Amino acid sequence: MSATNDSLVIARRNLIRMGRIPEMIIFGLIQPIMFVVLFTYVFGGSIQVGSSTSTQAYREFLMAGIFAQTVTFATAGAGAGIADDMHKGLIDRFRSLPMARGAVLTGRTLADLVQTTLTLVVLAVVALIVGWRTHENLGKVLAGFGLLLLLGYAFSWIGALIGLSVRTPEAATSGGLIWLFPLTFISNAFVDANQMPTFLRHIAEWNPFSATVQASRELFGNLPPGFQPPDAWPMQHPVWASLIWSVVIILTFRTLAVRKYRRAHG
Amino acid sequence: MPGAIYAEGLVKTFGDVRALDGVDLDVPEGTVLGLLGPNGAGKTTTVRCLTTLLNPDSGSAVVAGMDVLKNPDAVRRSIGLSGQFAAVDEYLTGRENLQMVGQLYQMRAKEAKARAVELLEQFDLTDAADRPTKTYSGGMRRRLDLAAALVVSPPVMFMDEPTTGLDPRNRQLLWDVIKRLVSGGTTLLLTTQYLEEADHLAHDIAVVDHGRVIATGTSDQLKARTGGERVEVVVHQREDIQSASEVLRGFGKGETTVEDHMRKLTVPVAGGAKLLAEVIRELDTRGIEIDDIGLRRPTLDDVFLSLTGHVAETKDEENGKEAVK
Repeated sequence: MSATNDSLVIARRNLIRMGRIPEMIIFGLIQPIMFVVLFTYVFGGSIQVGSSTSTQAYREFLMAGIFAQTVTFATAGAGAGIADDMHKGLIDRFRSLPMARGAVLTGRTLADLVQTTLTLVVLAVVALIVGWRTHENLGKVLAGFGLLLLLGYAFSWIGALIGLSVRTPEAATSGGLIWLFPLTFISNAFVDANQMPTFLRHIAEWNPFSATVQASRELFGNLPPGFQPPDAWPMQHPVWASLIWSVVIILTFRTLAVRKYRRAHG
Repeated sequence: MPGAIYAEGLVKTFGDVRALDGVDLDVPEGTVLGLLGPNGAGKTTTVRCLTTLLNPDSGSAVVAGMDVLKNPDAVRRSIGLSGQFAAVDEYLTGRENLQMVGQLYQMRAKEAKARAVELLEQFDLTDAADRPTKTYSGGMRRRLDLAAALVVSPPVMFMDEPTTGLDPRNRQLLWDVIKRLVSGGTTLLLTTQYLEEADHLAHDIAVVDHGRVIATGTSDQLKARTGGERVEVVVHQREDIQSASEVLRGFGKGETTVEDHMRKLTVPVAGGAKLLAEVIRELDTRGIEIDDIGLRRPTLDDVFLSLTGHVAETKDEENGKEAVK
């Protein structure tokens, strides 16, 4: 099928590029590794999660949050890459070719998925080194990573739309990052949302990002002792909530981005 | 029967800017049309409409026998586009770029590979084939971009300012490639800011300004309309303007224009270098001291001047681009 083929050709092209710009992958790793180390050692003993203030409980609680935050950074990568292609006239070239309409964007997001997977593998190793442990069977642990990757894939479609909407790659990078900070901090990623003021707590509980954090935390067996999941539906059924959110984001942003692509003029 | 490229009444507005204001074109199969005009005239927008990149607000276009608006995918299979910005992936090698484009034209991987080898050879890029293109010079990138447009040997080609920003040697190289291509029967629409380039490559020229085609014809026809060659004299002393003007009247075949503040006189002539020598002798005989004298051939400015009564507005690069977006 031409759409699949075209997407794979474009994905391959983006992977070749990534291989030739290794510093991008390295910089992409430094930030989450820094977070792992800083949160573990600086905040580790002073943040209460569930009924525990032990460093080990927080360490295990934290990792799902950092993994999830890391996968959302795929947004900036996809956005900057596509904005760069627009800027350099490559999107024009692709649009003048008899190829499937969504393939340029699908290829890009698939390549980002590969990169995100690699990043997660490295990050998981670092996490194991600083003492992170899972307490569920391998199937569940892998399912947890699966949900994380799906979230990352969904967010790279948001990035694709941003990349098509801005004028420069620089704008796509910052436009792809700034809103991720409130999104990932007003959530259950780094602290127990139960301890937030009511207003923020509600946002955190319904935040699509929290659903995936909660789901993978559960699947890793990293819920802190004495932790009571909030009453909000997504927190009671995090795996379903995570799946639904990611699929909804993919469908919505894929539709918007492909439509934008068809009309794009660099 | 309409030509290989045919457009009628193309209109495109961007906010307040009317980038295309009713463009009509007809390019017979196997010929080259030069679309000549200053930045922001609507050249690029025209190309974008004809290559399915942009939908016009109104008007219609047929390329290679297919309706651009109703059947864009069929059009895309029959065209090659080479733009102003050398659209190649800078981190991919020349070979990888061409293979990728081949595969996106729906060639099999093996076919695309073989075609890339041929094109690299043809465009003198074999030695650089396996280097990332960011190490290429501007001219090499432009050649690769053109090669990418030729992967499937499309019957209809569009080139948007193919030589803008190139040094003379690379310009000549590219011209040779284009001429070879056209002698093979390809229909080509080429935009340019240089009359010389249109002169060199195009059978017909369409002059565009403010989103309209304001004149079409062969380069000779257009030059005839601009009054052909002229002699330009700058006298040393203002007092000499009067007598120099008398001298020129004897040689000219039209009215002499005088730009007082620059002490410059211009007169249309026929007779070339020989006549220029006679003018110099006559001025010398009368003891008129001159700072500068020359034979000027019509430029794009002259064409514009005679067609529109105003000099081609050379908007700066940014504005020009803004206007065509």
